[in-house]
Amino acid sequence: MAKPQRMRLNVNGGHHTITVDPDMPLLYALRNDIGLNNPHFGCGLAQCGACTVHVNGKATRSCVTTVGSVRGKKIVTLTGLGTPEKPHPLQTAFVEEQVPQCGYCVNGWIMTAAEMLNKNPRLSDRQIRAGLKGLKCRCGTHYAIHKAVKRAAKAMAS
Amino acid sequence: MNKMISPKDFEISRRGLLQGAGALVVSAAGSTVASGKAKAKAFGAKVKPPLHPTELDSFIAVGADGRVTAFFGKMDMGQGVDVAISQIVAEELDVAYEKVTTVMSDTGTSVNQGGASGSFAIKRGGHAMRFIAAEARRVLVEEAARRLGVKASSLAVDDGVVSVKGNPRKKITYAEILRGNYFDHKLKWNKKLGNRLFSSGKAKPKSYKEYKVVGKPFPRVDVAGKVFGTTDFVTDVKVPGMVHARVIHPDKAGARAKSVDASSIKHIKGARVVHKKDFLAVVADTEWDAIQAADSLKVDWTPGKKPFSKQEDLYDHIRKAPVVKAETKVKKGDVDAALKGAAKVVEAEYEFPFQSHASMGPACAVVDATSDPVMLWTGSQKSHYTAEGVERILKLKPGSVRGVWVPGPGSYGRNDAGDAAMQAAVLSKELGKPVRVQGMRHEGTAWDPKNPASVHMCRAGIDAQGNVIAYEFMSKAFDRQDVRSNESKPRDNLAGQALGVKLKPRKFFREPEDIYDIPSRRLGWKVIPPFLDRYSPLRTSHLRDPIGPQIHFAADQFHDEVAEAAGMDPVEYRLKYLKNPRDRHLVKLAAEKSGWQKRVGSNKGQGGKTTLTGRGIGYALRSGCRIAIVADVEVDTRSGKIWARKFTVAHDLGLIINPDGLVRCIHGNVGMALSRILYEEVNFDEEMVTSVDWATYPIVESPDAPEEIDVILVNRPEKAPQGAGEGSTRPVSGAVANAFYDATGVRLRRAPLTPERVKAALAAGRG
Repeated sequence: MAKPQRMRLNVNGGHHTITVDPDMPLLYALRNDIGLNNPHFGCGLAQCGACTVHVNGKATRSCVTTVGSVRGKKIVTLTGLGTPEKPHPLQTAFVEEQVPQCGYCVNGWIMTAAEMLNKNPRLSDRQIRAGLKGLKCRCGTHYAIHKAVKRAAKAMAS
Repeated sequence: MNKMISPKDFEISRRGLLQGAGALVVSAAGSTVASGKAKAKAFGAKVKPPLHPTELDSFIAVGADGRVTAFFGKMDMGQGVDVAISQIVAEELDVAYEKVTTVMSDTGTSVNQGGASGSFAIKRGGHAMRFIAAEARRVLVEEAARRLGVKASSLAVDDGVVSVKGNPRKKITYAEILRGNYFDHKLKWNKKLGNRLFSSGKAKPKSYKEYKVVGKPFPRVDVAGKVFGTTDFVTDVKVPGMVHARVIHPDKAGARAKSVDASSIKHIKGARVVHKKDFLAVVADTEWDAIQAADSLKVDWTPGKKPFSKQEDLYDHIRKAPVVKAETKVKKGDVDAALKGAAKVVEAEYEFPFQSHASMGPACAVVDATSDPVMLWTGSQKSHYTAEGVERILKLKPGSVRGVWVPGPGSYGRNDAGDAAMQAAVLSKELGKPVRVQGMRHEGTAWDPKNPASVHMCRAGIDAQGNVIAYEFMSKAFDRQDVRSNESKPRDNLAGQALGVKLKPRKFFREPEDIYDIPSRRLGWKVIPPFLDRYSPLRTSHLRDPIGPQIHFAADQFHDEVAEAAGMDPVEYRLKYLKNPRDRHLVKLAAEKSGWQKRVGSNKGQGGKTTLTGRGIGYALRSGCRIAIVADVEVDTRSGKIWARKFTVAHDLGLIINPDGLVRCIHGNVGMALSRILYEEVNFDEEMVTSVDWATYPIVESPDAPEEIDVILVNRPEKAPQGAGEGSTRPVSGAVANAFYDATGVRLRRAPLTPERVKAALAAGRG
C-alpha cells in the first residue's frame, strides 16, 4: 500500500480535499471520505457496474479506478447527474417506469445509459439493449430498464 | 453525506411520526363542534403501551396531524408490499391513501410478523393488518359517537373525518379524537408469531364491494430515493466509533486454520486479527485497510477431506446417495398397477443444479454490542429473527437486541445477509466497538446458502385410448434447508458453525402441487445428506420460490412429453387434466393472448436456418397464486444462445390490491427466473465452490432480456388475496424448456440451458 497523500478531488462541481492512499479505489474515497453513498460496491471487479461514476463525462467503474488517477478530473456521481428538482431525463424515466426493485444496481444503469445517450440519444432498441451489456441487475428488472432508457432517449432526442 | 446513526435517532423518528411535523397538535380544534366535549374525557394513553401483538398501538398510529403510520413486521425489497399494506390500512380506516406510511421490520416498532417469507406479505400479513385497521376505525368511530352524542351507526367516515350522515357539519376528525395519544386498546391475538400472527378486534372489515383504495394502482414510494441516490442502504449505515471488518473463510471447504500470522498485517495501522475457534476475521479503522488486511493475512490452512463430488458427477452422486428422509404425500389410486396395465409408459429424468442468490452486492451488517439495547442494522428479510439470532449467539436475554431492517443489495430468500449480521455481532462483542461487516464478491456468490441441486424422476402411463391414467413424480435432492431461512439459531449461520454449533438440516424437500387430475398419481421426494456438515459453501437454503423452478423445469416438460405421447397439444392436455376451473381459465387466457397454435410434439423448422423459433407453456400454483406462462423463444443454432423474446403471463391471485405493483412484481420474477433457467449454475470442484464472481456465475444481461412481457391479470375480488412475490418465478423454467423443444425437437433435461449445452444437444440431436 502506498503512503497516504493529500489530494483535491472535483466531485459534482465541488472540491474535496482528502488524505488517502492514492492506490485506493475511487469508490471508497467517494463513499467513506467524501460521504457520497450513491455509487455502490457490487463486485470490486468491474463486472457489474454498481459503482459507476462519470470521470470527465465517461462512465467509469470506480471500484477499479484508483483515486490517485482522477486528480484534476471532473467526477460526477448519480446525485450530481440530477436531483428531484432538476432530474436528468433518465432519472425522470426511471421514476416513471418504476424501474428499481432493490435498487442497488440502478446507479450503474443510469450512469452508463447517461453517457450513452449524452453522446447519441438516437439509438435503436437493439443498440440500447447491446449498449447496456456488462451491467447486472439481480432483481431481473431489465424489461423496465429498457422501457425507461427508450423513454429517456426519446425525450433527449426531441 | 456520511450519516452517523445512534440508537436514539430511531426513538426520535418514532416520536416524530406520532406528533406530526411541527406543532400541529391543536390546529384542527377550531373546526369541530365537538371540541368542548373532547376535553371532558381524554381518549387513549399518553404513554405507549408495550410492543405486543395484543396492542392496537403496536400496529397503527394516528398522528396529531392525522397522518397514519402502519408498523409492519415484514419487509419489502422492491415488490411494493409497503404500498399494498398502506392501501389496505387506508381502506379499512377510511383515510386517504396518501396519509398512510408503512414502516417495516424494525423490531423496535413492529412485532414479529415473519419478515419476507413464502410470499405471505399480503396473504397473511396484509390479512392481519386489514382486521387491525378495521378495529382502529371501529374504536375511533365509537369514540366519535360518544363525543357527538349520536349512535355509531349514524356516522360516516371520509378521509379521517367522522361525521353524522345527513348532517356533515356535525363532525370530528381522528386526529381530534386522539390528540397525539395512543389508542391503548387491546386486540385478540392467536398467540402465534411470524407469518401466522393474527390479531383482531370486534370490527368486521369491509366487503370488497365497498373498496375505494384497494384495487387501485399506486406507485411505489421507494423508487425516487433509489433513482436519485438518496436512499440509505444497509451498506451506508455509519455509527460513531465504528470499525470495519472482513471475514476470512477457509481457502477450501472444510479446511481449518492451523496458524494465523498476525505479523502479516502489521504494516496496516490499527489492523488486527480476531480468531475464535474457527471464526477468523480482520478488523481495521477504515474499510480500505480492512480489505487490504484481508488480502495480506497469511493463514496456514489444514485441508479437510475433499468434501464434494466432482461437478460432472453431481447428479450421479444424488442418485446414489443414501436417503435421510422420504415422503410421498400425494397418493391416489394404484400407480404401479396402472403403469403395468398401460398401453404406453413415458419416463424421463430431469436435473437442476445448485444456484446462488448472488445478490447484487455481498451482504453487510452493522452491530453495536456496546449499546443498550444492542443495535443491529441488517438487510436480512427477517430482522426479528435475525435479532433473536444475535441474542442467541451473544448469549443475551430475549429482547436485548433491536434489529433495524435497512434495504440491502437484494434478498430473494436466505442469502448471505444473516451471516453478515452474526459475524458483526460476534466481532462487536469481542472488540467492544460497533462493527461493520461487508463481504467481498465471493461471499455473495461462493459463500451464500445455495438452492438445492436435484434430480426429478417422472413416469406416466397412457391407456389405449390415449388417456393418461398414471403419473409419478419423485424428486431426489439435497435438503431444501441445511440452514433455515430465518437466522434465529446459531447453527443456521456461518459464525455459529465456526464457533462450533452443529448444522441441523431440516430434512425436507416438497412434492409438486397436486394440480393434475390423473386417476392414479404419486408425488413425493427424498432428501440426501449435505456434502459437508459444517461451514459449507454448498449448504442449502431458500432462494426465491424455493424448489419451484426445479420442480417445474421437470414437471412442465414432463407433462409436455406425456401430451406428445398421448397425441395431444400441450395446451389441450393441460385443459383436460388440470383440476381447477381457475387453472384452466388461465391456461386458456395465456394461450389465446400469445396466439398459441395447436401442435403435437415439436413444430421444429420454424424461423430460419440459423434462428429457430418455438413456443412453450408452463403452469403453476404457488401459495394459492395461479400462473400460466407462454414463452416465445429464438434459438441461434450457431451460438447455441436461447433468446426468450416474449412472455405471456396469465395471473390469478384472487383479490388484487395494487394492479400496477403486481404487474411490475411479475416482470421482475420473470426476469430473474429466466436468468436462472438459461445461465445459472454454481460451479465447484471436489474442494471448493469455484463460482466466485459474475464471470464464473453469469446471469442474464441486457441483450438477452425479453423484449416483451405481456401480463394478463385476472382479478377475483371475492377471493382472498394470495401471494404474488414468487409465484410467477415458478413456471418460467418449464415454459422456456418446452419452447426450446418446440423450436428444435430436442429435449434439454438438464438445467441451465446454456449455449454450450444447447450446441452439444443440437449436435447430438437429443437432450
